[in-house]
Amino acid sequence: MATLVTDVAAIEEEEDVVRQSRLKGFLGNYFLRRLFRAFLTIFFVSTLTFFLVRLLPGSPVDVYINQQIQQYGYTYEEASNQARSLFSIDVEQPLLLQYLDYLKNLVRGDMGMSITAPGTSVASIIESRIGWTIFSVGTALIISFVLGSFIGMLMAYWRGGKFDGFMSTFGAITGSIPDYQLALLFIVIFGVRMGLFPYTQMRGALSSGQQVEFSFAFVQDALYHAIMPILVYVFVSIGGWMLLMKSTTIQALEEDFVTAARARGIPEWRILVFYVGRNAILPLFTTLTVSIGFVVGGSLLVEPIFQYQGIGARLFESIQQRDYSTLQGIFLMITVSVVAANLIADLLYSRLDPRIRSKG
Amino acid sequence: MAEATLNTSDPTAAAVEVEMRKKSFWRVFVERNKAGAFGIFLLTVILLLTFIGPFFVHGENRTNVSLIYGGPSWAHPLGFDHSGRDIWYQIVHGGRSVILVAFLAALMATAIGVILGSLAAMIGGKFDVAMLTISDVVLTVPTIILLAVLAAFVRLNSPVQLALILGATGWPVLLLAIRSQVLSLKEREYVEAARMLDLGMPRILFREVLPNMASYILINFVFNMRGAVYGQVALYFLGLVSLSGVNWGIMIQEAFRRGAVFLPASMMGLVAPIFMIVMLMWSLILVARSLEDVFNPRLREP
Repeated sequence: MATLVTDVAAIEEEEDVVRQSRLKGFLGNYFLRRLFRAFLTIFFVSTLTFFLVRLLPGSPVDVYINQQIQQYGYTYEEASNQARSLFSIDVEQPLLLQYLDYLKNLVRGDMGMSITAPGTSVASIIESRIGWTIFSVGTALIISFVLGSFIGMLMAYWRGGKFDGFMSTFGAITGSIPDYQLALLFIVIFGVRMGLFPYTQMRGALSSGQQVEFSFAFVQDALYHAIMPILVYVFVSIGGWMLLMKSTTIQALEEDFVTAARARGIPEWRILVFYVGRNAILPLFTTLTVSIGFVVGGSLLVEPIFQYQGIGARLFESIQQRDYSTLQGIFLMITVSVVAANLIADLLYSRLDPRIRSKG
Repeated sequence: MAEATLNTSDPTAAAVEVEMRKKSFWRVFVERNKAGAFGIFLLTVILLLTFIGPFFVHGENRTNVSLIYGGPSWAHPLGFDHSGRDIWYQIVHGGRSVILVAFLAALMATAIGVILGSLAAMIGGKFDVAMLTISDVVLTVPTIILLAVLAAFVRLNSPVQLALILGATGWPVLLLAIRSQVLSLKEREYVEAARMLDLGMPRILFREVLPNMASYILINFVFNMRGAVYGQVALYFLGLVSLSGVNWGIMIQEAFRRGAVFLPASMMGLVAPIFMIVMLMWSLILVARSLEDVFNPRLREP
């Protein structure tokens, strides 16, 4: 009896240990390390912006202070106080303290005030803009990923045929048009020359008078204004997905289990979707991380062309106006969102393909 | 040809082989790789146009108020831009700096990638970890945004500075590839043998390791050039590079700023430089793919 009890306890304990070590292994090997890398990236980028804003010869903070002294006759103290409220950096402290202060403010979400739009905090500017970019870029990424991998699978299935040839050329050409130049061509050729779509009406993120609300009209209006940027993002990124999916599908088609499935008489479409497709799409997730950065970066140039009120257009404006504090804040925010998106894509991938977790 | 077929058991294979031997390398290349051949042709045309063309299309291209948005003619096939300058003249003269800066930037990115990548693999330890971390950061941050932010703080006044900043963001992919290649090659016997002979690290690197990777480096170089063209024109479009001289990027920037988006007559001033850039990038992609095909026959489609 006694032995039995200890046995059970021992087994339970053993199970516990296994469970724990599995959890520990997962966290230690993959999740935590991935999280650590994400934070490291953000830390590096914020250090870089501090360096650019504060340490570079002729840094914006110094320029601003000198300008205040010369133009308005402020004392150095007053001017540096002004600069402090704008950049959240107190120039009168030692450099290391300035840096620590700067990081502390960032963690609290305080990114200073805009230089060119007095009285507006950078955080509030970002808050009002970033949703539109996430909406348009996210929709475009999903559309191009799903559509591109579907077309790529068909290309592999009918490889050497007309469809494959046409789509390969299409993918290669669209892949070589820079996104913002495609946006310009869309407007100039289809909008201005042919008048196929009312490009002036489609500007902005919403029609004037449309409130942000939970209704069909709102969704419709938001889509109407986002459709051109989305179309551009999809066009320039879909070729990559098609070509990548084609090559992974060709590889998967040659696997033994596909031959075995054919021999078992499983319908062709079932093989294509459940046997080949599932295995072929896995490697695409690693590329997703690169693609997110690319498309988000494209918003910097595409949004101003369509005058879409996203974060990219605002970054464009702050670059043109040399609004350094806003520029720095948006740069950080974009980095954080790309890092977060990468993290999600990576974790999704590790759930889909357990092999990754052990390899790290 | 008849004798050749008589002597072998597989007549068609022998015939093909004889045929192949007769043809020059280029004929075979063109037949096997139509897209690549087209890419090389396209790139040659663009290079001829931008480097030899200026000797034929010369003279001054002054602004002329009476010719603003003038239509095309035989002497001026693409018409005139917003300040009455010949667009064809600008297309011919405006490619040189774009291509040269891209070339320089790719050269620099390749140098950084090769040197730091092999050093990371050879030295290992903390240096390796640092290099990996930095390339991870540069890869994560959207390149064009990093470029724009850097260029907004550091004033770019010369093409060399432009190439420097473009090259400074283009190296991580090559670094990672070189590092992993060197790590695996390091264990190979011939490298081991070289080390036994007490040949210095640089010698092992340049004589034994890098020649093995020449094809990969070349392909990466072409892709880097393409990236540098994209980034460069984007910086011009953002107005972050001083707008002096004739340049495809400047043409796009000015056409956009002067309202090509509203005026149907000004379309050519915007479409012509975009067309040239797209053709340049397309030809670079085709060349890179065909290089991949030549150096790595396993990738060839069945």
